[in-house]
Amino acid sequence: MTTAPTAGGAPTSFLEVRDLRIHFPTDDGLVKSVDGLSFRLEKGRTLGIVGESGSGKSVTSLGIMGLHTVGQYGRRKARISGEIWLDGKELMSADPDEVRRLRGREMAMIFQDPLSAMHPYFTVGAQIVEAYRVHHDVDKKTARTRAVELLDRVGIPQPDRRVDDYPHQFSGGMRQRAMIAMALVNNPELLIADEPTTALDVTVQAQILDLIRDLQKEFGSAVIVITHDLGVVAELADDILVMYGGRCVERGPAEQVFHAPQHPYTWGLLGSMPRIDREQTERLIPVKGSPPSLINVPDGCAFNPRCPYADLPKGGITRTERPELRPVPDAGDGRPHLTACHLPQQDRTRIWNEEIAPKL
Amino acid sequence: MSIPKQPAPAAAEPLLKVEGLVKHFPITKGLLRRQAGAVQAVDGLDFEVRAGETLGVVGESGCGKSTMGRLITRLLEPTAGTIAFDGRDISHLGVAGMRPMRRDIQMIFQDPYSSLNPRHTVGTIVGAPFRLQGITPEGGVKKEVQRLLELVGLNPEHYNRYPHEFSGGQRQRIGIARALALKPRLVVADEPVSALDVSIQAQVVNLLDDLQDELGLTYVIIAHDLSVIRHVSDRIAVMYLGKIVELTDRSSLYAAPLHPYTKALLSAVPVPDPRRRARRERILLTGDVPSPISPPPGCRFHTRCWKATEVCKQQEPPLTALLPGHRVACHHPEEAPTEAVREGAPA
Repeated sequence: MTTAPTAGGAPTSFLEVRDLRIHFPTDDGLVKSVDGLSFRLEKGRTLGIVGESGSGKSVTSLGIMGLHTVGQYGRRKARISGEIWLDGKELMSADPDEVRRLRGREMAMIFQDPLSAMHPYFTVGAQIVEAYRVHHDVDKKTARTRAVELLDRVGIPQPDRRVDDYPHQFSGGMRQRAMIAMALVNNPELLIADEPTTALDVTVQAQILDLIRDLQKEFGSAVIVITHDLGVVAELADDILVMYGGRCVERGPAEQVFHAPQHPYTWGLLGSMPRIDREQTERLIPVKGSPPSLINVPDGCAFNPRCPYADLPKGGITRTERPELRPVPDAGDGRPHLTACHLPQQDRTRIWNEEIAPKL
Repeated sequence: MSIPKQPAPAAAEPLLKVEGLVKHFPITKGLLRRQAGAVQAVDGLDFEVRAGETLGVVGESGCGKSTMGRLITRLLEPTAGTIAFDGRDISHLGVAGMRPMRRDIQMIFQDPYSSLNPRHTVGTIVGAPFRLQGITPEGGVKKEVQRLLELVGLNPEHYNRYPHEFSGGQRQRIGIARALALKPRLVVADEPVSALDVSIQAQVVNLLDDLQDELGLTYVIIAHDLSVIRHVSDRIAVMYLGKIVELTDRSSLYAAPLHPYTKALLSAVPVPDPRRRARRERILLTGDVPSPISPPPGCRFHTRCWKATEVCKQQEPPLTALLPGHRVACHHPEEAPTEAVREGAPA
């Protein structure tokens, strides 16, 4: 599944990414930001992509949106390979003009920092109107009505008046709402939210998460939430994909990933965060070391230099051999739960149940 | 039985005592730069920090928590109020007057990228406090710096490297080593882990913990992340628009918050457990924090509070002790603690 980029024709899933690789040539070497990522997503479902900074999660989202192909002055282009199937169309080999017509209408993105993602020179309304008129042949008045309607839907007070405000006149939470309105103006079927709440305060974060959840129910779109915050994905996602060093190390239903995680990195993430819903622990269990450079990803499992279980015997597998994503047996409700780890299944179950879970 | 009166044990004596602390930043207008208003960043804080404890300060952006940190380290001049460190009033000391005090009060900054001079080596950065204070530690500056680097978990051989050669977590460790160089008694840490990745956050939190045990430090830790604050603090102050709304020890704050704002804040924290998604009860606050330029009259939270009544709009609630050691500023505090018992979440 991860190794055969040309296998199979049009998939049945709404979105399917097959063996996506995005590499950037730099003076220091080739940065392998995403190195063989595959996943699928159905309409009405939410996928959470979790990882630390530099794990390739944002690069993946920009790759799906087709925003990497344009290199500045034609130089330093990202090298992309793999397949991205959206609703039966392959985007990677498609004409850039065709992808542009899809972008914004079929797939839209909510960016992390609404202040820099919005143009300071134009009113919020003008920016939403523009996004609508690019894809719909309507007059300005209709588009404006639509913009007001959406601002109202995302909870901006007095939308008919605020539509003529500039982004700086909005507060952080309101700007993020306006961004969401802009992304939703064309009823996209795929919505990618890249760290949608990272710049916001907790109380506002809770409002935005609720809004994204409600809107998804209403529009039935497929949503990808990209974040480093396990709390946020637990709130939103049906499925979770954990990324490390440009690759997926674990993927499965949210319930499974949080309650029976299989990869030592996922254990590390769960152990590193102080949790408000559990009894106070004396100490956190950090992951030693720091994330790898994507120019020099460690051979074999990228996590092996930081993995506390790297020295356990694994039946003749050497450290330089890369683990592939393999399904976890008896993983609950039938949805696949995959992990890329050399540890034998019984060891993993034992370590999680005996060593990790009690300390969380 | 009569116990002869003894001096209170050191642990109960406040190391830092703050009374009526106010900081207004003037907004000027026009050619003559007349004052047109003021950002009331901090508007009347009373609290104390006991020796050896960790006081956590939590609040949303714009609540004045960072200004508070800069005031007690005297990087800012307070508009009114007093700051007493170890019994000595430091609220209006000048640069020269503060210099000897700087040995005792140090700060760890949020951003490990902008708080280290990119043109200085790690050795120069961590050794700077010795140079500025004119101290020669035993065995020389270099040896002491290397000892400090080792203390915070860095390789002492990295003495001659530059900040850009380190990762974010390592840089934060350099900042911590610099803060600890002069063996301070009070360390104010402003968002010490918020710029770091989750797995690195835990390393730094544990390091701060270990250093406190080893060196007997007193911390004031400022953060917006309620889970981190719960992990590191002994007592916690919740701030809203320049005021402390609730101040109590950790367990009572998280088990039975009395202020509606604290309750809403706690309920908004995303919990990393999908099973709890469906059955959690969330208090959604509407709107945003009002501007500190013209804070609402009366209780500052009344514009977003679901319990607000007429009295809240007119009278400002004082910060009073409703339970022993549990101070709250609210006209309608939450009911008896038994009712607000935290939803049990067995692991």
